[in-house]
Amino acid sequence: MDWTDDGIVLGARRHGESSLVVSVLTHGHGRHAGLVRGGAGRRARALYEPGNLLRVTWKARLAEHLGRFACEPLSSDAALLLDDAGRLAALTAACALIEAALPEREPHPGAYDALARLIRALPQAGYEAAYARWELGLLTELGFGLDLARCAATGSSDALAYVSPKSGRAVSAAAAEPYRDRLLRLPRFLVEDAPADRSDLVDGLRLTGHFLSVHVFAARQGGVPAARLRLFERLARPAAMKQAI
Amino acid sequence: MGEMVAGIMTGPEIERLIQLLARLPGLGPRSARRAALHLLKRREALLDPLARALTDVAAVVKACHVCGNLDSVDPCSICADPRRDTGLVCVVAEVGDLWALERSGAFKGRYHVLGGTLSALDGVGPDRLNLNGLIQRAESGAIREAILALDATVDGQTTAHYIADRLSGTPAKVSRLAHGVPVGGELDYLDDGTIAAALNARRPA
Repeated sequence: MDWTDDGIVLGARRHGESSLVVSVLTHGHGRHAGLVRGGAGRRARALYEPGNLLRVTWKARLAEHLGRFACEPLSSDAALLLDDAGRLAALTAACALIEAALPEREPHPGAYDALARLIRALPQAGYEAAYARWELGLLTELGFGLDLARCAATGSSDALAYVSPKSGRAVSAAAAEPYRDRLLRLPRFLVEDAPADRSDLVDGLRLTGHFLSVHVFAARQGGVPAARLRLFERLARPAAMKQAI
Repeated sequence: MGEMVAGIMTGPEIERLIQLLARLPGLGPRSARRAALHLLKRREALLDPLARALTDVAAVVKACHVCGNLDSVDPCSICADPRRDTGLVCVVAEVGDLWALERSGAFKGRYHVLGGTLSALDGVGPDRLNLNGLIQRAESGAIREAILALDATVDGQTTAHYIADRLSGTPAKVSRLAHGVPVGGELDYLDDGTIAAALNARRPA
């Protein structure tokens, strides 16, 4: 059996002294792992950093085998982000979420396209907002999309300012008034093309983080991946809150 | 009763030796058999001294309580060396990295060994690294500059940024190793990522 596809590296573990088991998110074959012989070598190791785009050819005798990858590099995006703590944290969190949330060998072309778009957006300004929108899209891809189009109480699409932590539906500012302290704040940049300050970004990640935690990672040992928690901590720190984007 | 090692009858002691040698880095079952046979044929010159050396190392070598380096004395020889710059601390992931820096002879300060790096895939968090000792050293004012000498990988640099954040409230200045073209490296043979990192880290000529 064999196939060739484009894949984004999610992570790599050493196998023996010179090989790696590499996990990639492919366009047509979903999250897939494979053995790369010699992948831990000095020259080859840099290819298998999270976020790098590869053309992978997978070969195995039977479909259920781990199989072997032969990889060609297409772009080395990870290297561009190594010096930037925030961008690197976003890349690590995105790869860790995909690795933990997506079932193996189940095609999710939407998730692949969204992750590729996010990685292209990471070197640019406003990457934090792009990341929060990506998490919102990931929830939808996994079947837990939020209904942010209209108010759950009034049906109006105006002045949506909160989200119910139970139903995942938006609530307008007026309708939310009696329950405000029990609702999650909905920053405008998640529903329309609006600028986001640090506080909005923290609210955005708190919102998506809540639903990831409740719907996607509740049954997973260890809960939400640590890389995602560190990204939120980094963004929510008081020093970071003072900075404007 | 002897045991079969790939068709050869050996006693259980030899079999055990081969099995243990085969677990060492760089050795497989075949090379472990060769090494075992080599040891057995040179009993006085190699086997007995090696056995004594292993026993001694197991008895006395421990992690330095200051930096995490492995040595037979605690604090380790590097931490106890008065000729070294006490305010300059190089933070490395593993003892092997410390040995690499010492081989270069380019660093005359002290070290701090983390015992690994943060890893999203393997679930290694800050609690599994030797970080508290470093932060205590920095908070006490003992560190003038902390040089983060960690791998130029996503995990290595994620760890470096995390440590830089943790040290930001201390008197220690934080720096890191440069990324880019290795000595003797030809541009034509470098991977895209290294070239991109080198361009990002360019400096005035």
